[in-house]
Amino acid sequence: MFDFEGYGPSIFGGAILTIELAVLSLLLAFFLGLLGALGKLSHNRLAKGIATGYTTIIRGIPDLVWMMLLFYGGQIMVNAIFERLYDATDGRIDIFFSFNEFISGVLTIGFIFGAYMTETFRGAFLSVDVGQIEAGKAYGMSGWQIFKRILFPQMMRHAIPGIANNWQVLLKTTALVSVIGLADMVRLATEAAKTTGQPFKFLLPVALMFLLFAALSDIVFRKLNVRYSAGVVKG
Amino acid sequence: MIESITEIFSNPWTWAHYWDGFVMTVQLVFIALLIGGSLAVPLAIMRTSSNPFINWPVWCFTYVFRGTPLLIQLYLIYYGVTLIDGIQESFWWVILKRAYYPCLIAFALNTAAYTTEIFRGAIEATPRGEIEAAKAYGMSWGKRMKRIVLPSAFRRAIPAYSNEVIFMLHASAIASTVTIIDLLGAARDVYARYYAPFEAFISIGLIYLSLTFAILAVFKQLEKRLLGHLQPR
Repeated sequence: MFDFEGYGPSIFGGAILTIELAVLSLLLAFFLGLLGALGKLSHNRLAKGIATGYTTIIRGIPDLVWMMLLFYGGQIMVNAIFERLYDATDGRIDIFFSFNEFISGVLTIGFIFGAYMTETFRGAFLSVDVGQIEAGKAYGMSGWQIFKRILFPQMMRHAIPGIANNWQVLLKTTALVSVIGLADMVRLATEAAKTTGQPFKFLLPVALMFLLFAALSDIVFRKLNVRYSAGVVKG
Repeated sequence: MIESITEIFSNPWTWAHYWDGFVMTVQLVFIALLIGGSLAVPLAIMRTSSNPFINWPVWCFTYVFRGTPLLIQLYLIYYGVTLIDGIQESFWWVILKRAYYPCLIAFALNTAAYTTEIFRGAIEATPRGEIEAAKAYGMSWGKRMKRIVLPSAFRRAIPAYSNEVIFMLHASAIASTVTIIDLLGAARDVYARYYAPFEAFISIGLIYLSLTFAILAVFKQLEKRLLGHLQPR
């Protein structure tokens, strides 16, 4: 019953790919979110403008449109850039960069959720007491030291619920990469369903898998929440 | 690039195709929201019930539909239901043979699940005193719901619901994966015809962006009218 007509191993491999994709996208989104939040909170007009434009445009356009733009357009753009480089350097720089589905998947999902993370981190940064930052300055810490030692650890406590939320949505968004041809578990299950004519047998387990991932990540985030709330008195 | 833009957008076929896609997207989203919203009201009331036999099935429904990707729900309904033995001979086949209806069912159920949870939160946030006052006036459960709980709950739900509407608009782009020519489907056709990914997908992205802003503007007006008493002076 559980052999899935021989499709079992490949769908399991697809599940691992889904997790890899989700984790790598989350890392990119985390990094972009931090940058975006710092941009939005900075006094530099240009940084603020770029960060605001980034979050508005990304969040106003469907994920699938971004994915197709990057997947179908990305290769053309990269080729055009390297072609210019080739011409400009008389052929001394000759690079071919293959823009595969996995990279465009990670880049798109990372970019999209970076915008959502920006909003999460912005709120979290604002909830750190200004006095803490002033105290850091008074100790003679550099900007980076203040960020690393004071701002980041305290900000994370407020950011964890938002990150957890974004992660749950991100996990479900990974299903979209199956549309641009990446062999994640959704695509493999859909193909198996079409070939065998038994959609429920393949699609329901995948749906259950997503529920399982969601439940598991819930546990992880609860643990993280406890860790980053160390020393906070609940009242 | 400039030549290809003029070539693509001077062709009336492009505009007609985009218009059809626009109509399809707006229609799908609007009808799905309408059905989903009407399902969500009774479901949300059931979800706030203290009786586990009423509460629990609704919880299961919202948990499953919110915990799995809409794409899988769509595939399950589109590929799944159409392959059930005997359905092709039954009366339902008239409805299910086009991709449009399975798609509409998937969208409506999905938004119903999210909206149920939004309404549930709003219903549970009803101030205790209001319900007590209604009881003191001798209102029955039905009258309390109709006159006191639901009207204020709907108002409280507006900000969260506006997010859900925008999510639904964006999620509707996956209709193009089951052969429906919605906005993204039209863009994919334009891309395939001219091999012009930037022109096709950026132009459609801008249309989605304007639709998003339009929805935001409508809800801002709605909030101003219906939540005026809660706004900071």
